[in-house]
Amino acid sequence: MINQRRYLVEALTAIGLILAPFILPHLGFAPNTVNRILVWGLFGIGFDILFGFTGLLSFGQAALYGTGGFFAAYLLTQAGFPHVVTALFLGMIASAVVGYLVGLIALRRTGIYFAMITVAIGEVFYFVEFNPLADWTGGENGLPGVPSPSFDLGFTKFTFSSGWSLYIFLAFWYFIGIVVALRIIRSPVGAALRAIRDNPLRASAVGHNIHGYKLTAFVIAAAYAGFAGGLLGVMQAFMPPDAFMFHTSAELVMMSAIGGTGTLFGPLLGATIWLFLQDFLQAALGLGAAWKLVLGLIFVLLVCFLRRGIIGGIVDIYDLVTGKKAAREAAAEAAEAADAAGTLEPSSATASTPKLALRAREGDGYQGPILQATGLTKRYGGLAANSDINFTVNHGELRGIIGPNGAGKSTFFKMLTCEVPPTSGKIVFEGNDITGQSVTDVCQLGLTKSYQVNQLFSNLTVRENVTIAVLAAVRGKFKLDMFRRIDKVPGVTEQVNQTLAMVNLTARADTPVAVLAYGEKRRLEIGLALANSPSLLLLDEPLAGMSPRERVETVKLLRSISQGRTMIIIDHDMDALFELVEKVTVLQEGRLLVEGTPEEIKGNPIVQEAYLGGVLEQ
Amino acid sequence: MINWGNFVSQMFNGLVLGALLALISSGLTIIYGTLGVLNLAHGAMFMLGGYAGYVAYTYTDSFIIAIIFGSLFVMVVGLVMELVIIRHFYNRPDEDQLLVTFGIGMCMVELVRLGFGSLSLTVPAPKVLAGITSLGFMFYPTYRLALVGIIAAALLALFLVLYKTRIGMIVRAGIEDSVMVSSLGINVYRVFMIVFGIGAMAAGFAGIVNAPVVSLTPDMGDAILVQTFVVVVIGGVGSFPGAIIGGLIAGEIISITSMINPGYAYVMLFAAMTLVLVLRPHGLMGSQSRG
Repeated sequence: MINQRRYLVEALTAIGLILAPFILPHLGFAPNTVNRILVWGLFGIGFDILFGFTGLLSFGQAALYGTGGFFAAYLLTQAGFPHVVTALFLGMIASAVVGYLVGLIALRRTGIYFAMITVAIGEVFYFVEFNPLADWTGGENGLPGVPSPSFDLGFTKFTFSSGWSLYIFLAFWYFIGIVVALRIIRSPVGAALRAIRDNPLRASAVGHNIHGYKLTAFVIAAAYAGFAGGLLGVMQAFMPPDAFMFHTSAELVMMSAIGGTGTLFGPLLGATIWLFLQDFLQAALGLGAAWKLVLGLIFVLLVCFLRRGIIGGIVDIYDLVTGKKAAREAAAEAAEAADAAGTLEPSSATASTPKLALRAREGDGYQGPILQATGLTKRYGGLAANSDINFTVNHGELRGIIGPNGAGKSTFFKMLTCEVPPTSGKIVFEGNDITGQSVTDVCQLGLTKSYQVNQLFSNLTVRENVTIAVLAAVRGKFKLDMFRRIDKVPGVTEQVNQTLAMVNLTARADTPVAVLAYGEKRRLEIGLALANSPSLLLLDEPLAGMSPRERVETVKLLRSISQGRTMIIIDHDMDALFELVEKVTVLQEGRLLVEGTPEEIKGNPIVQEAYLGGVLEQ
Repeated sequence: MINWGNFVSQMFNGLVLGALLALISSGLTIIYGTLGVLNLAHGAMFMLGGYAGYVAYTYTDSFIIAIIFGSLFVMVVGLVMELVIIRHFYNRPDEDQLLVTFGIGMCMVELVRLGFGSLSLTVPAPKVLAGITSLGFMFYPTYRLALVGIIAAALLALFLVLYKTRIGMIVRAGIEDSVMVSSLGINVYRVFMIVFGIGAMAAGFAGIVNAPVVSLTPDMGDAILVQTFVVVVIGGVGSFPGAIIGGLIAGEIISITSMINPGYAYVMLFAAMTLVLVLRPHGLMGSQSRG
């Protein structure tokens, strides 16, 4: 959506910033209020990348805001450093370094733990500023006398001291901040961050090092916070110690939530509303100290009823007025109906589509079985889900795994893809011992899985879903190409298109996943596993929940995928499976019961016994 | 050189603070364990308990009535909060729950500020427990000594409710697997409401019994909330024994560090939390399944 018109957002931002001094005074905004809004807005850009895009809610951003601010202010007031802009950048770097260290600790956990740890870290910084570092930071007095930026051009000298002249300086940096942030969110790194917010499990399973990217987001947010903190000191000619307070972090969170997250501009809008209401309630309505209560109530109501903040609300109203939402819902229903009726005919296209070339990997040239598991055992307490399974699959083989419910098939797959570590045993993939490796590394080696229950990035479009998987394949598990556009990464567009064609979703590429029909979601699920052209593809019940017609089409799809690829398929639809695979492994009660060709298995009395019970006795 | 009398006295202060943190944290942790909601308004509830008790005390002059009224008032606030707002957030993402409870907490603080002003208020200790007691080797404020006993009794009561009653069994089962509990035909929403009420009451009770030791200010809950988080991270989210152990550890760290240099109290607390996160990411008593 954001990519449609290049530089449109940048241009609109520039126009808005240029027009603001001519419009806002008429709405009752004093220049100092506008300047404060810009500093909050810039602080918030980084926070939005962390919270809105990556899904990490931090209540400790004040620590980084204060670090950057005090570092720059110390250089300018105490160390006699002459150049304001350089000091701001040094403050930003200091904050990013501190952010990296803090991130290492805070990101050991996610969700509410992350929120709690960031609160605690924020509080530590506040106390450190006041006590152990008071000699450098001025303790509760802060650092007064932060100079204004000025540029001597020889013939004339510009000084941005206060009011609208300072606005020019701040607006310039806000604009730079937005341009950089837009580059980041449109880059492969930005795609990885959105993938993490949407579905961290799948993001790591398609081969992204999610911890690395989370840390990246944290450091980016820290850099923005540090720079904004420096600007705060410059703006007020004084670095206040309350920059470190919990209230600073909390206000940032509330402003972002009020404005709307995931848009970069939410914090700016939120700060505008916040500061405007603060002035309005205090001065015009004479509410005095009650203004904060009113803002608190507004905040609670917004969280309850307007999940995506003011910007989200505006988008919803716009959709409602233009009828876009109704059209989308109608399209979704139509797709459901069409897919159910089988009119989409997945197979018609797959026969002629280009095949994904197998990617060159380190393991190439390796002869022998592609996968060898020996003595694989998984215990959950006293329960043995899998015991002592020996399992070998050769290159190019198409293997089926069957077994009654609870036979341990899915646990077995989870161990093969390294989602859960085995209690004992060893897994060798293309000659590498992968036991105990991460699911991300295993995916990068060329072993992927499509899940039994769909694990999609459900807030993104079909194309974005596949792109996320392809990016991990072509860029490796971690790469900081933050300023590169996704379509400039070599090979991505082609591989995305090929993958979409293979699972016959080309026509639906720009559809949000949430409105796809079930059969289409299922195909996308396979597409995500297929996107990095794995040498070994595991499919956990690809046919589950499908109508008979969809099954026929999907079997055809699987057959076309299997050309030149090794696949292992779990399914309960034995007719379909026996038709598809060359060899079948039967699991029962966590043990390997028997292996053989479909014919051998069909006629095997032990297998019949396992499924029906009591056949032998007759 | 370390003054040993001072040291022991600080150990006692640490014990008092630790017991207090243990009680507040157990409230937070059973709410999180059962409902899956981290209540950021928990600090505000602690504050609310103190103020409710203060009001009751000024009208009745009875500390006992202040304790009862303070705890019951906060329990009712908790029940209403669960019924009106929190209930609608169980199916929403973690961050929405954090935002809404944070907002509610802020509203409580500002409401109290509006009603009572920002100046600090005091509740005197009951007359029987006023003054100081000689422990043979040192003198110590009587009420603080009694406070350890009062909080220990409250923790024991909470323990008995959690481990010896039917509702407690359901709560503990819910912490392990709430889906299973609801599929057993138990009305989980009613249980959730009760648990939220009990958790809030623990904070409120702590707020009023602690009132004679500190002075009441509207934002006194903020600092307590932060310390509670550290306790829960150290002890393990959702673990009642973890909250007690974590509380005592945190209380002692704060007190003993404060004796040497108060500025480093939080740094040491944070260092302890980091150590736990590195060595045992799920907390001392936490288990992997609780996340």
